[in-house]
Amino acid sequence: MGTELGNYKAVCSARSTDKDILKRAQDGGIVTQLFTFALEEGFIDGAIVSGPGEEPWRPRPFVAMCKEDLLKARGTKYNLSPNVSFIKEATRSFGLDKIGIVGTPCQMQAIRKGQLYPMGLRDVDDKIALAIGIFCMENFSYQSIVQLVEDHAGQKMESVKKMEIGKGKFWIYTDRGAVVQLPLKVTHKYEQPGCHVCLDYVANLADISTGSVGSPDGWSTVFARSTSGQTLWDKAVAAGCFEMKPIEQVKPGLELVSKLANEKINKNRKTLEERASFGVGKGLRSPYI
Amino acid sequence: MGLLSTLKSIFGGGESPGAKKETESAKASAGPEKKPQTDMKEVSSVSNKITAGHVHMSGCTGCLVAVADNYGGLLTLLDKYVDWVYDLTLADVRHIPKMDVALVEGSVCINDKLSVQEIKETREKAAIVVAVGGCACYGNITRFSRGGQQNQPGHEAFLPIGDLINVDVYIPGCAPTPQLIRNVCVMAYLLLKGNDEQKKLAEAYLKPLMALPKQGTEACFCDLMTKVIDQGLCMGCGSCASACPVRAITHEYGKPQGQRDLCIKCGACYNQCPRSWFSFDVVSNYETILGAIRGALQ
Ligand code: SF4
Ligand code: SF4
Ligand code: SF4
Repeated sequence: MGTELGNYKAVCSARSTDKDILKRAQDGGIVTQLFTFALEEGFIDGAIVSGPGEEPWRPRPFVAMCKEDLLKARGTKYNLSPNVSFIKEATRSFGLDKIGIVGTPCQMQAIRKGQLYPMGLRDVDDKIALAIGIFCMENFSYQSIVQLVEDHAGQKMESVKKMEIGKGKFWIYTDRGAVVQLPLKVTHKYEQPGCHVCLDYVANLADISTGSVGSPDGWSTVFARSTSGQTLWDKAVAAGCFEMKPIEQVKPGLELVSKLANEKINKNRKTLEERASFGVGKGLRSPYI
Repeated sequence: MGLLSTLKSIFGGGESPGAKKETESAKASAGPEKKPQTDMKEVSSVSNKITAGHVHMSGCTGCLVAVADNYGGLLTLLDKYVDWVYDLTLADVRHIPKMDVALVEGSVCINDKLSVQEIKETREKAAIVVAVGGCACYGNITRFSRGGQQNQPGHEAFLPIGDLINVDVYIPGCAPTPQLIRNVCVMAYLLLKGNDEQKKLAEAYLKPLMALPKQGTEACFCDLMTKVIDQGLCMGCGSCASACPVRAITHEYGKPQGQRDLCIKCGACYNQCPRSWFSFDVVSNYETILGAIRGALQ
């Protein structure tokens, strides 16, 4: 294993001990549980999460100020939620001094760039208290998800209970009990193009990052990365928020996380190379310097 | 990963940073080379501070206020690292003196002889010229001037400073953030007074900001369209909307939409976007770098 998993201080497999949170959680309910604990302990005073939007499964960034708010935002939506767009607003209209935010690896990159090079993010750099990153292979636009669910899977958006990517397939579960699986071969062309230059799978720049990969069903793999992330994680564990297993003792374990991370990074490095000579004697831009 | 070890040595120990080496300060400039004057040498052997000043072109003083909005951090900066040698608002100095770093606010009114003369003089006198804020970098709101204002109705044409002189560093935004100004000041100090490792860090940090002047003097929401979205790089993070001072950017179905009539051309959105430019080397060490900067200003 090399740099594909980023820097971290600790990694384990975990799930929330809160029944309410687990009930409709994507996996181990890590994000909801962590934010709930962080709110209760005053570690953050609000969290920017992806809440329900105007259409079924269309997320909208919003600021959760209590556990009830957080429960509304449970689960992965698999389409864009520009959570970073709220980061300055959170310190203004919402008056947050200690912001929690959840997002994809690219959003963690956006936050850290924003702290080091704040162009318009006045007085934000020292207010990011807890940035939680979600493992991410790729993301979709809302319209792509509609096409997958309604055209390919033949289900109504409003009937969907849960979506999930795992075991090489895109899974759709409905309220009436239907389970439809689409091979990833079908979903590939709907992926957001911007994801194909992304070089981070496990949110290397988050304070804490988490995802289902590597852990058994109903559990999540958790990396504590920054000093403050580690501190909060230890406190939450000590307070009994989580059941924990050493990552070495679970299947499929860290090896799978590494494998998928490398697959993503290598594939996208190749895309970046192809972009460099995309036209005839002309290439496309690379953001990386 | 050399940066991390570099950082560990920074601001460590009781000595003031970079106290080891006397550095000749006029290097990074694209301007005319000048022999260091003897009296300057003496000054720098007594004090290990860098000299800096604020040059006020046609700007609203919002940039200067942003400098001041570092509050205690600014005082520490002035106490330990920077001699503030020129500032029409704060220092009683009439003529632009020789200095290491000139922070220029505002665009240049080309109908005003004095402004043109002073921006040229700034280039001559300063080793590093920093365009602070949207107006100095990109014209910003002064792009919309048509003249007619009292008491100089004939002052109608304004250009970003990079159209008249070579600029070393851009700090975009309207107003630029106090934190970015602070970061650049600390890094400029390390670049000029630090040891080799500290210089390396400062160079890495400043590199993208030093690349901006070479990319030109125009900014607009359109930059996101032409250089990020049309290039297939946008991933819908939301940074651009957050950075925009006039809320010209919203996200529809996760993708940025700009109301171009609202755009004041400050350059914040494009430069905030992680898909405009991104340095893993620097950003991956965010914890240590931010810690070091804050530590330096305690
Ligand atoms: S794949 Fe990368 S760019 Fe796409 S959403 Fe995930 S983290 Fe962002
Ligand atoms: S900041 Fe860049 S990548 Fe993020 S939403 Fe705006 S244009 Fe897209
Ligand atoms: S859209 Fe907003 S942030 Fe971007 S250049 Fe225009 S005013 Fe500045």
